[in-house]
Amino acid sequence: MSATSLPNANSAPAGYQRVYVWELPVRIFHWINALCIVVLCATGYIVGAPMRMFYAAEAYQQYWFGTVRFLHFLAAFTFTFNLAFRFYWGFVGNEYCRWTRFIPLKRWQQKEIVEVLKADVLQTKLHGPISTGHNSLAATIYIGLFAACAVQIVTGFALYSSMSLGLLPRAFTHVVALFGSEFPIRFLHHLMMWFFLLFIIVHVYLSFYHDYIEGRGTVSSIIGGWKFEKRKHD
Amino acid sequence: MDSSRNTIWSAMQSKGYNRRDFLQFCTMAAVIAGIEQSALGSVVEAFEKVERPPIVWLHFQECTCCSESFIRASHPIVADILLDAVSLNYTETLQAASGFQAEKCLQDTIKKYPGKYILMVEGAIPTADGGVYCMIGGRTAEQILQECAKDAGTIIAWGSCASNGCVQAAKPNPTGATPVHKLVSQPVINVPGCPPIADVMAAVVTHLLVHGRAPELDSLGRPREFYGRRVHDTCYRRPNYDAGLFVESFDDENARKGYCLYKMGCRGPITYNACSVVKWNEGTSYPIQSGHGCIGCSEEGFWDNGPFYQHLRSFPGFGIESTADTVGATLGLVTLAGAGVHAAVTNIRKQKLIAEIHAEDAESNHQKES
Repeated sequence: MSATSLPNANSAPAGYQRVYVWELPVRIFHWINALCIVVLCATGYIVGAPMRMFYAAEAYQQYWFGTVRFLHFLAAFTFTFNLAFRFYWGFVGNEYCRWTRFIPLKRWQQKEIVEVLKADVLQTKLHGPISTGHNSLAATIYIGLFAACAVQIVTGFALYSSMSLGLLPRAFTHVVALFGSEFPIRFLHHLMMWFFLLFIIVHVYLSFYHDYIEGRGTVSSIIGGWKFEKRKHD
Repeated sequence: MDSSRNTIWSAMQSKGYNRRDFLQFCTMAAVIAGIEQSALGSVVEAFEKVERPPIVWLHFQECTCCSESFIRASHPIVADILLDAVSLNYTETLQAASGFQAEKCLQDTIKKYPGKYILMVEGAIPTADGGVYCMIGGRTAEQILQECAKDAGTIIAWGSCASNGCVQAAKPNPTGATPVHKLVSQPVINVPGCPPIADVMAAVVTHLLVHGRAPELDSLGRPREFYGRRVHDTCYRRPNYDAGLFVESFDDENARKGYCLYKMGCRGPITYNACSVVKWNEGTSYPIQSGHGCIGCSEEGFWDNGPFYQHLRSFPGFGIESTADTVGATLGLVTLAGAGVHAAVTNIRKQKLIAEIHAEDAESNHQKES
């Protein structure tokens, strides 16, 4: 069967090879991180705006708000250490998860950002291959995400510091002095939650979108670790 | 003037108090300063031997509510501290002298007791436009402060104005109101609150008298003893907070039951003060006990983080009622809608893209074969 006679049929696609992109620690990091962010946003929102309750039970009979706050703190510690691990893994992991991939200092990375922006916003077709790991636009946005995580960790532990004797939270006591009071810290911490919610929407949608336009397993790669790239013709 | 610089014990003797009165005074001072009974001897000794410190109490941009609070302290000892135990050499509100005599008193104190007098400042210091917004005797507040602070032994900033600017420093802060600690190089004991609790003020002064040095301070220069915990941590309504029982409006059943005022905008969880322990008006009550949320009057910028009856401050630039949640939820919906439109457009163009990809793949396969 000649390829030219049936251009739209399920003819053999161009030659692809499997590439092991996301190592197990990266995948575990991703899903712990995702779970933590969902728990943190949900519990954090409830802590900021607890639901309305009118019933006969008295304070000594329940502790649900305390439990919600505990879950928030538990998730916060997990989130922080998980992120710290990823920071470390960015120095020792494979080429796709290295920090050099995240910072768009090279010419080809900057060109790729423009290329992906055109594909995402104007829905033009991608010309030529883009990075097999994070594409350069995504990687750059993840730098922003890491910064947002850092802001949440610093402001969160600053708010938590007065309730704790732990070494880690107490290290953030002086953040309060830096801001003058806890008003702006609480506000910033709350505001940043919305950044994460917006990020989740865009991130999930664009993963699906790129899974479709690139056709090489973007979504499944974060479960199994494999992606595909075109074999180079020689 | 030197007769006023003797010890507390001799000052009391000259006013006709007996030894028993003096020991009672020492005991109460020890209690207020948090000293245990076994160390009472050292308090007695200090009051017998240590010269009582002269005090300069300055008033700048303020409403005198700190002074008003101070003279309403629960224990009679406070009147004694102010009028008998210490030697209040200069204060605009209470001094008998006026005009040149008053200013001479100030100059004399600074010259005679360098490094010994306690400087207490009530009110913020305006720094905009050369400091013209607060002038006393032809000099700006800042000039007076710098002159007095240079040789002061201890500096106390009374109230939120002197500690963090309070209402004068609220946006847009037209007079450039500045707290004391940002203008002087020495450490300052900040005693914020609008006003600070009378008994806390008394305790800080007593601490200075008994120990001869500043109490332990936190990272914002506040005495840790009174500002180390949040109003929330010692609030009697705290169990309702942990149980998730909140007042929804000031006239509902939950308000009657005395549930937590968190959703009514209570600032207790971010306010460091001793209100729920020491309380006000001789330990009668404090705002939350009276059914009103804490407004966080001892915290920097509490005027700029309103409204007082809303948990989350209004979002700047989007009107008073809009919080970060309103803005965030709107952005979230816009983003979702954007993704939806994008997905729809993608699906409309789907046939074309699939055809293109197949053609490309076919071409590359063809090249490989040939």
